[in-house]
Amino acid sequence: MRKLKELIIEKVILICGLASIFFVVLIFLFLLKEGLAVFKIVSPFKFLFGKSWYPISEPPQLGILPLVLGSLLVTVGAVIISIPIGVGCAIYIAEIAPLKIKEALKTGIELLTAIPSVVLGFIGMVTLVPLAKNIFHIPTGLTALSGSIMLAFMAMPTIVSIAEDALYSVPKTYKEGALALGATHWQAIWRVMLPAASSGILAAVMLGIGRVIGETMAVMMITGNAAVIPSSILAPVRTLTATIAAEMGEAVVGSEHYFALFAIGIVLFVISFAINVTADLFLHKRQ
Amino acid sequence: MFKKLLLILIMVTFAASAFAVKNKNSIQVKGSDTMVNLGQAWAEKYMEINAGDFAAVTGGGSGTGLSSLISGTCDIAMSSRNIKEKEIALAKQKGIDPNEIKVALDGLAVIVNPDNPISKLTLAQLADIFTGRVTNWKEIGGKDEKIVVLSREVNSGTHVYFKEHVLRKNDSNSKEEFAPTALMLSSSQAIADEVAGNPSAIGYYGMGYVSKKQKALAIAKDGKLEYESPIIENVINGKYPISRPLFLYTNGVPGGLVKKFVDFILSKEGQNIVLATDFVPVK
Repeated sequence: MRKLKELIIEKVILICGLASIFFVVLIFLFLLKEGLAVFKIVSPFKFLFGKSWYPISEPPQLGILPLVLGSLLVTVGAVIISIPIGVGCAIYIAEIAPLKIKEALKTGIELLTAIPSVVLGFIGMVTLVPLAKNIFHIPTGLTALSGSIMLAFMAMPTIVSIAEDALYSVPKTYKEGALALGATHWQAIWRVMLPAASSGILAAVMLGIGRVIGETMAVMMITGNAAVIPSSILAPVRTLTATIAAEMGEAVVGSEHYFALFAIGIVLFVISFAINVTADLFLHKRQ
Repeated sequence: MFKKLLLILIMVTFAASAFAVKNKNSIQVKGSDTMVNLGQAWAEKYMEINAGDFAAVTGGGSGTGLSSLISGTCDIAMSSRNIKEKEIALAKQKGIDPNEIKVALDGLAVIVNPDNPISKLTLAQLADIFTGRVTNWKEIGGKDEKIVVLSREVNSGTHVYFKEHVLRKNDSNSKEEFAPTALMLSSSQAIADEVAGNPSAIGYYGMGYVSKKQKALAIAKDGKLEYESPIIENVINGKYPISRPLFLYTNGVPGGLVKKFVDFILSKEGQNIVLATDFVPVK
């Protein structure tokens, strides 16, 4: 009887484990089925490198280069802002902070994850956007930079918690050895701890990027959504995610526009898949 | 104990949602953002008169409303543009027969910040601005500032109407498009907010949205004609050049509750609400 129970539970857990893979495969197949249909209308080259995005015109112009570049620009901006702050924060928490501050900081960072992105977007819209407009004397504050700053906030918790984990798992003896050889605290962190935890920190950064590139709501609200190849980080951009979110409601099911949006989904899927695999490689290297 | 409670809670939720779908006294109205305030005003008054009936009104854009009608998730679609051939074909495929009812007229206001010295433009100048041929206010007699062009997203009937009637001047062969640098905002309110805070912005939306924080421009069809402001009389007598009909779409000739709601909208009381929300009645 007990054995039977064990067996059933084992099988149930097995199904649960397989379910996630099963769903990923299903989603991917659906994406492929709907998205690849667009290549009957435009060539993959024209789709990826076309410079105009006018999906509802006759005939539609389906070039996503401005959208890809928009997504990349916002992501790069967010990464440049969030890496130094995130890694610095992780070092402070793992190596320097006294226990009480450490606990407070960790809770604070977890709270940051709990803020819904639409709320961050709204806060950005009423605070950051006018601020950017006034500081840089630009025609509008709805720019890639505003998006990057807001996204940096969203990537930070991921980067901090994983990087802190990586630093924590460096054997204590490394640091003690360095200190025993006469290194200062900072030298020990910079020369010994950081290199030892580097693969984990890289993984943290990659996962942060993954979080940023898939983010939709906040960027849709504060980047202006102009489908033009961005000339600087102070120009409005339209991201891949915002395009799907803004246009999916309109797209007539089975139209070129509908297929094009799914093809954008494939592009996004490929990008985040590549990022996650890279992060995974770094994480495994560490072990 | 806790598990049991949770189970009961889940069952109740399911039962409630099943019940909500079956509720025959409710209608779902969805679509044009331009018409959301109007639709909500109608629904409120309607529910006040007919206690027990329920009408839920949501926005999302004309295209969103029409695709919900086609997929059967709403009873009435509000639309600020005519249904497209493609959408009719798709509806027929799914066994839905879209039925058009004209319920109001709307003047499209072109709005700028009150600090902007410009107060009137011709349709040709508007087309130049929104297609990106004119990029600085000084080219049309304003300050030396870059023009920030604001548009609605492509799911908006207002976007489509403005493109066809202002940018393309009703010419179906025209290939004019919004400038790629135009900012696409997701709601009329977002455009109103950006214009209120940005002296070099220009945008457009239904005249019901104009408040003291924006200035509606007077528009002339061409340089020889008078400039007319987007006010109700000018839309009724046809002098204001950018006005359009607003529609409801139902599945077939309406019956039952949907008919009751539509009849109310077309009644004197319903059309008074049209006037009260700054649109123009059809009757």
